[in-house]
Amino acid sequence: MASVTTNVAANVGRSSARGPKPRRVLSPRNIMLYGTLILMCLYYLLPLWVMMMTSLKGMPEIRIGNIFAPPVEITFEPWIKAWSSACTGLNCDGLSRGFWNSVQITVPSVIISIIVASVNGYALVNWKFKGSEVFFTILIFGSFIPYQIMLYPMVILLRELGLYGSLGGLVLVHTIFGMPILTLLFRNYFSSLPEELFKAARVDGAGFWGIYLQIMLPMSLPMFVVALILQVTGIWNDFLFGVVFTKPEIYPMTVQLNNIVNSVQGVKEYNVNMAATMLTGLVPLFIYFASGKLFVRGIAAGAVKG
Amino acid sequence: MRERPFFHPDRGAGCYWGKSMASAPKGMRLFRNLNAKIAALPMIFTTLVVFVGGTLWTVFYSFTDSKLLPRERFVGFDQYERLWGSSLWVTSIQNIMFFGAMSLVFTIVMGFVLAALMDQKIRFEDTFRTIMLYPFALSFVVTGLVWQWILNPDLGIQHVVREMGWTTFNFDPMNNPDTVLYGLLIAGLWQGTGFTMVLMLSGLRGIDEDIWKAVKVDGIPTWKAYLFVIIPMMRPVFITVLVLAAAGIIRLYDLVVAQTSGGPGISSQVPAMYVYRYMFSAQNLGQGFAASTMMLLSVLIVLIPWAYLEFGGKKRG
Repeated sequence: MASVTTNVAANVGRSSARGPKPRRVLSPRNIMLYGTLILMCLYYLLPLWVMMMTSLKGMPEIRIGNIFAPPVEITFEPWIKAWSSACTGLNCDGLSRGFWNSVQITVPSVIISIIVASVNGYALVNWKFKGSEVFFTILIFGSFIPYQIMLYPMVILLRELGLYGSLGGLVLVHTIFGMPILTLLFRNYFSSLPEELFKAARVDGAGFWGIYLQIMLPMSLPMFVVALILQVTGIWNDFLFGVVFTKPEIYPMTVQLNNIVNSVQGVKEYNVNMAATMLTGLVPLFIYFASGKLFVRGIAAGAVKG
Repeated sequence: MRERPFFHPDRGAGCYWGKSMASAPKGMRLFRNLNAKIAALPMIFTTLVVFVGGTLWTVFYSFTDSKLLPRERFVGFDQYERLWGSSLWVTSIQNIMFFGAMSLVFTIVMGFVLAALMDQKIRFEDTFRTIMLYPFALSFVVTGLVWQWILNPDLGIQHVVREMGWTTFNFDPMNNPDTVLYGLLIAGLWQGTGFTMVLMLSGLRGIDEDIWKAVKVDGIPTWKAYLFVIIPMMRPVFITVLVLAAAGIIRLYDLVVAQTSGGPGISSQVPAMYVYRYMFSAQNLGQGFAASTMMLLSVLIVLIPWAYLEFGGKKRG
């Protein structure tokens, strides 16, 4: 780490960072600057490369070869096996089961949590009632509390509702634990909208839901996209809730992936494991690359509490 | 939490403070703003029942000898004594402290250095950022499994370097109790530093251009400017990063489960795994509750000073 720090010191010290225009492309400063950045990018890209390459090789080639080398002979067999016939315990129908479970968990969770949180944020900004700020504060503090302390009470609650071990129960859990961050997101956005809009609508006689549906909703579509990105990746990647609140037949993809790769039985098939890992990562990666800057905005909105 | 209007006389509903919901006089006031209250019911339920209620419930039952099912046989601090007498728990705490300290330092240093590099008006900034941030979109399970594979001693990095001729090369952090936490650290940093970098970069971009001009007029070297001018100005960003990272570290679970399953032996166990084990597989609920209460306590130790700094002196919102 020390060497990297001195590199920075050296290359920012050499010439001013905020000069009008870079003069030479191959100045020592640029070599250091881009060199460090490219080196770091290799660290970030390496696992993706290794995952991809390993998943396209056959097992014999993996045993003799080099994990960084591209496959001599490309095979899609591991991907097919990971998707449709990899085993977890007695089930040998592959990750496809986990994939569809995750879809069934993610879609309703995302929709419900976003509706609930956006209405919430709207009520918190424009329809303050006695105690609303207190609830909001608890909500935000609650987002820092380790989930572990609320796990068992949640189990009891779901059992009472008859939802324990079902998809519906997990959807409820995601709606509850997604609420702090999403409410914060929408609250901050709605409070940045001009208040006159709301007042004018009130004067015109619009009510709570009227204003929400006709004014707030259409004006905050970008925020809905941000929330969508945040929730799809967050819920898709969840592991803990999936383990605790569901049963093996409806395990989400992440849990099933872990069970496939870390199973102690049988010969380790690294290519199938990496294909399975890639498959699980594809959904969030797709969202990430498709959304571009909105993803950054989403996570930053969650982090910077204003 | 920036804007906190306590009182909105022009918005129909008065905001009363100091009284709780329960003691509110019934009648018209309860029905004022009824739609908003109905809309806020999920939030009220979540905060009161799940967050406050659930937390208190667990703390309460951590003083009982609940085994398979929760029961109200109180045993005082027995569960806590057993907890701190358990080598598994003590190891978990030592691990999380070491891992936490290391990852806080590295996250902040790497995040800041990367952000400072990215702030040099470089070309392809978007490309660099995209590459650094993509791991953050992935699941910890994916991260853990990929690094488990890369660090595999028989076929991973160690094997490749040995094949290249350096036959005594040793790089097998995952199978050595003394180094397994570094293996986790490599994976954790891979996933998280991009995010820190983005936060730090937004902090750097928020610094007034005039500050840089003043620094240049005074002839202060850039590295000195970063160290003594810019970093102190970015205190809020550093605190945000610190709090977020610390909260994430205390929760650390999926990464360890996927990458090491707590092994070799118990050398990479973490508190969250202890809680899960006792709550859901060892059927000793009391231990699980006591352990999760300790986790809550550690978060409060991080959170209370932060809240104090953030809202210091002022009435806490």
